[in-house]
Amino acid sequence: MTITPAHFIGLAFIIFAIGFLVVVVRKNAIAILMGVELMLNAVNLILLAFNRIHGTMELDGQVFAIFVIAVAAAEAVVGLALILAVYRSLGTVSIDDLSALKG
Amino acid sequence: MSIIPILAVIVQFAPLVGFAVALFWGKRMGEPRASFVPVAMMGVSALASIPLLAGVLSGHGGLFTVEWINSGAISINIGYMLDNYSAVMTATVAIVAFLIHLYSIGYMHGDPRFGRFFAYLNLFAFSMLGLVTASNFMQLFIFWELVGLCSYLLIGFWYEKKSASDAGIKAFITTRTGDVGFMLGIFLLFALTGSMDYDKIFHAVEGGAIGPTLITAAALLLFCGAIGKSAQIPLQVWLPDAMEGPTPVSALIHAATMVCAGVYMIARVFPIFEAAPTALFVVAIVGGTTALLAATIALVQIDIKRVLAYSTVSQLGYMILALGVGNPVAAFFHLVTHAFFKSLLFLGSGSMIHGTGTQDIREMGGLAPKMKTTTWTFVVGALALAGVPPLAGFFSKDEILGSVSDYGHWWLIVCGFLTALLTAFYMFRAIYISYAGKPRTAGAEHAHESPPVMTIPLIVLAVFSVTAGWIFFVPGGFGAFSGLSVFLHHEHGINVGAMGASVILALSGIFIATIIYLWKWVDNEQLYKIFRPVAFVLERKYFFDDVYHGLLVPGFVLFSRFWGAFDLWVIDGIVNLSAFMTVLVSRFEGWFDLAIVDGVVNLLGWITRTFGAGFRKLQTGYVQEYIIILGVGAVAVILAALAIL
Repeated sequence: MTITPAHFIGLAFIIFAIGFLVVVVRKNAIAILMGVELMLNAVNLILLAFNRIHGTMELDGQVFAIFVIAVAAAEAVVGLALILAVYRSLGTVSIDDLSALKG
Repeated sequence: MSIIPILAVIVQFAPLVGFAVALFWGKRMGEPRASFVPVAMMGVSALASIPLLAGVLSGHGGLFTVEWINSGAISINIGYMLDNYSAVMTATVAIVAFLIHLYSIGYMHGDPRFGRFFAYLNLFAFSMLGLVTASNFMQLFIFWELVGLCSYLLIGFWYEKKSASDAGIKAFITTRTGDVGFMLGIFLLFALTGSMDYDKIFHAVEGGAIGPTLITAAALLLFCGAIGKSAQIPLQVWLPDAMEGPTPVSALIHAATMVCAGVYMIARVFPIFEAAPTALFVVAIVGGTTALLAATIALVQIDIKRVLAYSTVSQLGYMILALGVGNPVAAFFHLVTHAFFKSLLFLGSGSMIHGTGTQDIREMGGLAPKMKTTTWTFVVGALALAGVPPLAGFFSKDEILGSVSDYGHWWLIVCGFLTALLTAFYMFRAIYISYAGKPRTAGAEHAHESPPVMTIPLIVLAVFSVTAGWIFFVPGGFGAFSGLSVFLHHEHGINVGAMGASVILALSGIFIATIIYLWKWVDNEQLYKIFRPVAFVLERKYFFDDVYHGLLVPGFVLFSRFWGAFDLWVIDGIVNLSAFMTVLVSRFEGWFDLAIVDGVVNLLGWITRTFGAGFRKLQTGYVQEYIIILGVGAVAVILAALAIL
């Protein structure tokens, strides 16, 4: 069986779904951050797959994926710093306890 | 610019300066310093009036006006009308007023309101001079009323005395009654001609722009003012009561100001009267009747000042009579001569009162040897008043009687000549009772001559009383001198019959008085008993005051009460009702505001809040729920996009 771009796309969907579920279900802020990373990577996979499908010599999708990785790194830095700050001030990283904005 | 109007301003406004000084600093300056400025100012005025008179007589007079009010439809000038007529009057007023001021220094000695008295005197002179020189009805009316105000202030000067304050009020209200008519007359003329200026109105009248009925109405209305001011029947009642004021005031009111205003005004606006023969006839009848009635009342008066007061009313009647028979020259001539001898008589009576402390002639007697100057000046005044030649009164009275004879109405002739007889009689009755015989009271026993400051004006006025009539011998007579001869349609000349008759009547009047009161050939008491009913009528002053106090005053009081009650119940009722209605409406509006307007606003607020409360539930604060909604939303959008595509 050959591995076609469709397989990559399917895998990417699965990973995105797992990431989304992690984000939605987990209460731990660090886990949520990890879910977000999963979703970003799923998107990267799709970008690469479509670059392959179009099959041109242009590497738009690949370049875009590299940008996403860079942004994800930055996001992780900021997100972890925020979580650290929240932990220091509230003594917890449970998302349910961070509900000060509740209407 | 000619010097004439400047002189006129000085003549008129110098007394106003005196008034202000005496009013504001009079009390602080005290006696006698408070009188210095007012008397000096009046002196300046009198002095300036002489070159003014000379200038005007030599033909430099005229109309000097400036615009005062201009509001398009109404244009009113203010200024001086300086012709021979007003200049002669100005000089007379200023000189007589000055002498009275001088005299007052002595007479008002020791009065607690010494300064105030001079302030009022000055204001009086100022007003009268303004009235005399006025160039239009507006100005005339302003000063006319000021004169009325001053008379009120001065008659009621000793206001602690109830009779004095009552007399002041009476004078004011009585003259105001006439002034209502006067004001209406001015309004009527203004409505007809659109101007207040004398010359414009005269022009309109002479041009025949006004119908005979309206001009008669206007003349009669103006005459109402003269009736009040010049104390003619039926408004003569205030003048005798005005004797409550200090004697110099009486002299001023009777001689140079106030009562002359009416006569002066009619002569001033004579073209209007000339165009209304009916009105002139009424004027003549009123004047003649007043002259006779007042002279008869004077017969029985026992108060020296009241004798003179009724004499004034009677002489004013003469002047009005002269105006009525179409001879303003004679009226004005008599006005001027009368100003001198009547002020002389009043100041003389003041001197008598000052010397004896009483006004009742029965309490005097035998004053002649003790008060020599007063006596002979008083006799000169009385002779002038009686019309004995060659004194002032003779010439002017002869002019009047002459034109009355020419006019030819029997009643007027009777009034005129009988009054001449009575005048001589009552004056000498008063003189014999007070000056001759023996002193009848301690006051008369210890009578003394007044100080020179009082006797010098008497002497000056006596000289004038003798000589003022000699203007008659000026070429053209007084008519040319006063500039009023333009109104004479035929030369009066010297009416020898009238002249002879008036002299004979005057002398016989004096003679009868001599028989009864000096030689006592007839028992006075006996005479009084015979004529008791007549005397009663005269003593009650023909019941004028009784009628007024018995009928008119209560009538007016009732009338006022009725309207007072009307005001209280009906007008106030309407006002209160409308107030009540307003409160009611306000209550409703308040309720409407609270319930409806506020209700709508609150409803909107409530709706907003309710929706807010509903939507608030969506904001759980759980990030993950938001993310689920985000995800579901994104999927929904994609599916929708796919469905469309």
